[in-house]
Amino acid sequence: MNRIDTITQIVKEISGNDAAPDAGESLFESGYLDSFALPDMVSAIEKAFQIRIPDGDVTPRKFDSIERIAAYLESRA
Amino acid sequence: MTAYLRGFGSYLPARRAGNADLSARLGVSEDWIRDVSGIEERRYAGPEETVVSMAVAAGRDCLEKCRVGPADIGMVIVSSGSFERRFPGPAATVARELGLGAAAALDLPLASAGSLFGLAIAARMVEAHGCVLVIGSEKMSPVALSEPLDRGVAILFGDGAGAAVVSGTGPGARVVDALVQSDGAFAEDLRLGFEGALEMNGRSVIMQATRKIPRVIQDLLDRNQLPAAAVEVFLMHQANQNLIDRVARALNVAESRFYTNIRRYGNTSSASMLIAAEEWWAAAGGPSTGQSVCFAAFGAGFHWGALLAEG
Repeated sequence: MNRIDTITQIVKEISGNDAAPDAGESLFESGYLDSFALPDMVSAIEKAFQIRIPDGDVTPRKFDSIERIAAYLESRA
Repeated sequence: MTAYLRGFGSYLPARRAGNADLSARLGVSEDWIRDVSGIEERRYAGPEETVVSMAVAAGRDCLEKCRVGPADIGMVIVSSGSFERRFPGPAATVARELGLGAAAALDLPLASAGSLFGLAIAARMVEAHGCVLVIGSEKMSPVALSEPLDRGVAILFGDGAGAAVVSGTGPGARVVDALVQSDGAFAEDLRLGFEGALEMNGRSVIMQATRKIPRVIQDLLDRNQLPAAAVEVFLMHQANQNLIDRVARALNVAESRFYTNIRRYGNTSSASMLIAAEEWWAAAGGPSTGQSVCFAAFGAGFHWGALLAEG
């Protein structure tokens, strides 16, 4: 499973929505995630990719879409 | 550090504002307000009530309940993020109104986490000043209701004041340890100037709070070899019921262990934790012998922390 697929799977699990959002779609504005679900998603990403995301990086801008999350993870690779 | 929480006091304005009073103005349902915040009503101060007058009322209530006289207070710390003037802050006036003589009066303009910081500072200051009176007082309703209304702000805030006496001697709950932290990287995400509206990046606040609050509590408990499940009660800043529930789940603690009154008072910023403590203390008589109580708060700055005390 590639990075995008893994992130998509996490988003679907956290949102409880079987339909996958478009990679560039805002996870907030589309209603996939609310503010309280996002920390759960960040924790799931940390676990899946075995990284520790510093609090300073945990911003809505970096985690607003699957593409942005993938770009962030790429920057950490 | 040898310090004791002798007791608490509070003041809440008489005027009640239910969700029905806000829903039509904000174009949302009463149920939506309750679902996103846990709030059903809040208290609004009258035009004659100020940060100082509410602080004085809470301080007086606290001194009476603790049976501590004004002459015994060597220092007063007043936290407020909604005081109406740059300087002097409210502390000196509050000290005068309470008859505290020349007791040192310290202002903490920290908003929500202010009373937690106040308790942590007081626990270190009792050696020099004897009894320290800590007060959090907020008049947030003018901020919440400033036009144009922002529904994410308007539904949250209420007015009130809470107080605590911290002493170098008992009786009371012994302060075991405290951990306070700050991160200015997020200073712009929650701010209130003297002009204009409160500006809040709600997503950032929630994202940071849901990570930082459980972590600081866990760090404090770990360094005192105390499992979260062994804490009798958690007394947290009443920011949002959903946030409080999430912190409980993160710590793997039953939500019922977190005392909450946000349903009745809304978010009273730095006053809320002490108001909650006053209510829980009055009902339970404080922590049982050998039992622990954990305070925690998070707010603009960001500032956050936790304090552990035991009966």
